[in-house]
Amino acid sequence: MTANAPGIDQVRARTFPFPRRHFLSVLDLDAARAVDLLDLADSFVALSRQTSKKLDLLKGRTLMNLFFENSTRTQASFELAGKRLGADVMNMSVRTSSVAKGETLIDTAVTLNAMQPDLLVIRHASSGAAALLSQKVGCSVINAGDGQHEHPTQALLDALSMRRALGRVAGLTVAICGDVMHSRVARSNVNLLNMLGANVRLVGPPTLMPSGAARWGAEVHHDLEKGIAGADVVMMLRLQLERMQGALVPSTREYFRFWGLDREKLKAAAPNVRVMHPGPMNRGVEIDSDVADDPAVSLIQDQVEMGVAARMAVLASLAARLDNA
Amino acid sequence: MTQTQPLALINARLIDPESRYDGPGALVISEGVIADVSKGKDFSSLSGDLRVIDCNGGLLAPGLIDLRVKTGEPGSETKETLRSAAQAAAAGGVTCFVVQPDTDPAIDDPSVVDFILRRARDIEQARILAAGAATKGLAGERMAEIGLMAEAGCVYITDVDRPIVDSRIMRRVMAYATAFNLPVAHRPMDPWLSKGAAATEGEFAGRLGLPSAPTAAERIGLERDLALAELTGARLIVDQVTCGPALEALARARDRGVSVIATASINHLSFNELDIGDYRTFAKLDPPLRAEDDRQALIEALASGLVDIVVSAHAPAPAEDKRLPFDEAAPGGVGLETLLPALLTFHHEGRIPLIDLIAAVTLAPARLLGLSSGRIAPGSPADLVLCDIGAPVIIDADRLVSKSKNSPFDGRRLQGQVLMTLVDGKIVHRAAG
Repeated sequence: MTANAPGIDQVRARTFPFPRRHFLSVLDLDAARAVDLLDLADSFVALSRQTSKKLDLLKGRTLMNLFFENSTRTQASFELAGKRLGADVMNMSVRTSSVAKGETLIDTAVTLNAMQPDLLVIRHASSGAAALLSQKVGCSVINAGDGQHEHPTQALLDALSMRRALGRVAGLTVAICGDVMHSRVARSNVNLLNMLGANVRLVGPPTLMPSGAARWGAEVHHDLEKGIAGADVVMMLRLQLERMQGALVPSTREYFRFWGLDREKLKAAAPNVRVMHPGPMNRGVEIDSDVADDPAVSLIQDQVEMGVAARMAVLASLAARLDNA
Repeated sequence: MTQTQPLALINARLIDPESRYDGPGALVISEGVIADVSKGKDFSSLSGDLRVIDCNGGLLAPGLIDLRVKTGEPGSETKETLRSAAQAAAAGGVTCFVVQPDTDPAIDDPSVVDFILRRARDIEQARILAAGAATKGLAGERMAEIGLMAEAGCVYITDVDRPIVDSRIMRRVMAYATAFNLPVAHRPMDPWLSKGAAATEGEFAGRLGLPSAPTAAERIGLERDLALAELTGARLIVDQVTCGPALEALARARDRGVSVIATASINHLSFNELDIGDYRTFAKLDPPLRAEDDRQALIEALASGLVDIVVSAHAPAPAEDKRLPFDEAAPGGVGLETLLPALLTFHHEGRIPLIDLIAAVTLAPARLLGLSSGRIAPGSPADLVLCDIGAPVIIDADRLVSKSKNSPFDGRRLQGQVLMTLVDGKIVHRAAG
């Protein structure tokens, strides 16, 4: 039986009620809770590598994926996380349904809420959409990316990947490089990494750096090699194609010349550097395949695996709060 | 006949911005106009068969004149009608307001001006005036029939929230309007820098991940408008200055002798960008809320007279237009009912003398529009507000008279309760209790 799967006792011992009903921002956590979540996620990594992966922590619970923006990998990751914990998982591809008929986010949410889900995972193109939704529904809302605001589970999986590869997060120098302005991944990572005691740098062209970024608790650099000098982790961000054809940077080749990561530029980083990318990658634009595919430096595949574990930790913790309620 | 029986308002704190009188007084209203004014504690000179109302020391001032009010009529009557706006105005002590031309159809034609003014005649809660569009359909391309609209009674022209992008068209509109001595109101804004913005660029908007524009966009737009005003001699109304850099540009133009009127919205005087908080769409305004430094500069500018007029920027939006993600939500807030108490804040804080605050919402707009109201003098229309300026109020959006409840002041504690509003000598609002 699933309940007897190896490691389950460890998982149960580590599962704790999430501090809030919703997980909208990294700032819903504090340092201690963030570490607890990483520890819990660690045990899910071990479990997920066994043949028998399924648990019953979320048995009877319903998880709804509500994706207003296309994202194969995040949606699949949440789906798998939910299923491995024993929840019933439903995917709503909202772009093709009632929203196209003029129904608002709130209408959709209220309709789905009436179906009594326990956990609602939302991705939306507008900053603050998850927060808005959380005010209108009775279940727990998990932000899977809201506009250019936050993507908190991504930051957790990134921290988990770093910690497993380098043994710690505190004291690491992490350079987040590329399109910081439009990146929710960057914002969540800056918040979480600062919380966990890392030194954060933001690197990118001035047109892709939000004004005021220097006051986020990160050093701002416009020169990639200076920005990643001595860095333990170099995290590359995805550059949306429509943003690089003359609008914010002159061309893809110019971008790659100055802000694309290749083997040569990576020499500026610490000898034991690890490279990360939230995916999907634009190879040859922000990152060279030679670096991205090198298992000695790249954590990109690990990030995908850690994504499922980190999301299992978040779901289990939120469900534990529901159980206590 | 009771209807023509003169009404005496006695025992008031009378404020008349024209004579700069702030002290005890009384007045008599007859046939819709102020017949007699008595300054001082002794009002025995007022005589005749009078109906007397004792003001108990309450503030008696000219009714407020609001230069910038949007309604939904014609076109979006679910937001606000002329009548519901007038009722809200009466509740807020606003006795006269100018409706904006961004309706559907737009007020870009003398017949629509005529429609508004005919509807207004049947509404006694407030005097309703109309602004006309500067360009056809507010599209910024072809000049609207400015002269015919002036003849029909429009009091100034404006394209409201849509800046006239083409400087050549802007120049022609301004030059042409001088033939009719008609003021031209214009939102100072560089349209490209501001494109898609829902917030003011800076640390806060960056953290929230909101599309934002720098305040330089306002300054650039303003510098152009000021240069064109100088070139054409137009009577420019700078429609809502909101930030330090724009105020500096305005001060430079004033020093050069450019004749220009500047307005500020009560919202930008009262809130800063942090009021957006956790994506609070009631605080989504256009122009967006600025940094606290900008707000402080704006208050200073009002105190120094660099800013002449305060407007409510009343912009009703129904719940369904506000209950959306921040960048999709409609901008603007209702403000007719909160303008006076919010303005009184600067008196209570000791920042701006009461008489100057009152002047910015009465005499200054009256002079701009050539109205005989906005003052307390024999022969002026009896458009008045009686207010208990010390009374604490907690703004509850759900209890507003306005059809739309999108008040950025929802939940705010203010001081100042309108006790009575008179238009044309008639009591059009009386506080409950």
